[in-house]
This record gives sequence, C-alpha cells and structure tokens, in this order.
Amino acid sequence: MSGHVFHPGHQAFHGVTVVLETRGPRTYVGRFDVQDERGVHLHDVGVYDATAAGMSKAEFLRRCDRFGIRPEHRDLLVAADEVTEIRRLVDVISA
Amino acid sequence: MPYNPALVAPMREEMTHMGARELITAGEVDSTLGDQRGTLLVFINSVCGCAAGNARPALRLALQHGVKPQQVVTVFAGQDLDATARARQYFAEYQPSSPSMALLRDGEVVHFVHRHQIEGRSPQSIAADLTAAFDRHFGAAV
Repeated sequence: MSGHVFHPGHQAFHGVTVVLETRGPRTYVGRFDVQDERGVHLHDVGVYDATAAGMSKAEFLRRCDRFGIRPEHRDLLVAADEVTEIRRLVDVISA
Repeated sequence: MPYNPALVAPMREEMTHMGARELITAGEVDSTLGDQRGTLLVFINSVCGCAAGNARPALRLALQHGVKPQQVVTVFAGQDLDATARARQYFAEYQPSSPSMALLRDGEVVHFVHRHQIEGRSPQSIAADLTAAFDRHFGAAV
C-alpha cells in the first residue's frame, strides 16, 4: 500500500495504528492523528517502558497485535525532538 | 450518543445483504453467543471509513470462499450500545476496537481481527487473511 493515503486530505499515517520510537526508553503504540511543529499527536496509546517492563519490546508489540492495544492515554502528544521513528504496527509485526 | 439511524441504515444493509444477522439487543447477543456451537463470525460494525472502505468489502469477499463460518452476526458500535458492550464481554481478552471481527468455534475465540489489522489495507488483502483463518479454524466444521 505504498503511497496509499488512508484518509484523503490528511497525512499518510492519519487514522493508522503506529509504533512510535523515541530517544528515551519509551515506545508508544497508538492511532496517529497528526504531526505538527509540536510533535506527534496519538490517540488510545499503549506504552512500553524498557526500564520498567517485565517483557521484551518484541513481546509487548506481539501482544498488542494479537490482543489489541490497552490504552494508557486517550490522547498523547510526543514532543517532536523525542521522536526517532514511526512505523505502522502491522509492518513492525510482519518484519 | 448513537448516530442518526438514517445515516447508518446503508451500513446495516450492507451487512444483511451479505447474509449477516443483526444483533440489536443484549438479549439477542446472549441468545446467539451464549452456549454457542459450531462456527460463527461476529462483525463489530462502525461508521468509520475503514469499515466502509476496507472491512465490510473484505468480509463480503471472504464469504465467497468455500470454507466460511456457519453463521455471521453483527453488532453496531456507537449505535447498538448495549448489544456491542455485551458482545465484547464474550471476547473480553481482546481490547475493543471497531471495526473488528471475532471468529468463534464452539464458544471459543479462535481468531480476532483488530482495527489496526484493517486500517489502510485493501479489502483483498484483509479477505485473504480472513479466508486463511476460515481454512485454519473452520475447515473441518463445514
């Protein structure tokens, strides 16, 4: 689906569940809304914290894929300078 | 608050035209999912664009496959609130999302398709995953 815009008029990831990597220990999984000068706005966001988790990140993402995302934040803004990578969850799982 | 019934009517009809039975009340959900036997697909319908453009067309394609669930039922998230909430109690291990699909065999969820596995994918791609799940889980029952 390369080049496919899910919601015409919006950014390519709008409405899509993504894995957002940061410079710190946290990885976020949630529905992408918009990316602007402040950062990335996500909805229904699950959080993996490498300093606290009892499972590997791969296992966390696998469970998100199988059982769905357990949201810890209804809405979340990840600051622009924290974001290192954004990928679709289904692409991360299938990689 | 539920959506305008006139708005969602075509979305309901799209489901019934492909053979799905609507479950409007919690009682109807219980009578179908309680002590369920055989193979069943529960479609959580939605006004979301990925229900219209991806999930419903995918299910319509998948139901043309030789192996398919014996029953297809649907509840409408955001519209039939009690029925949707009750249906989700039968697969509470899975986080709620809509649209989504649960495949059950003898009351046990054997496969679940979440919204994130629907959004942005073509109906053909989703249908291919569904028919693979039908073959894997329903093959011996049909």
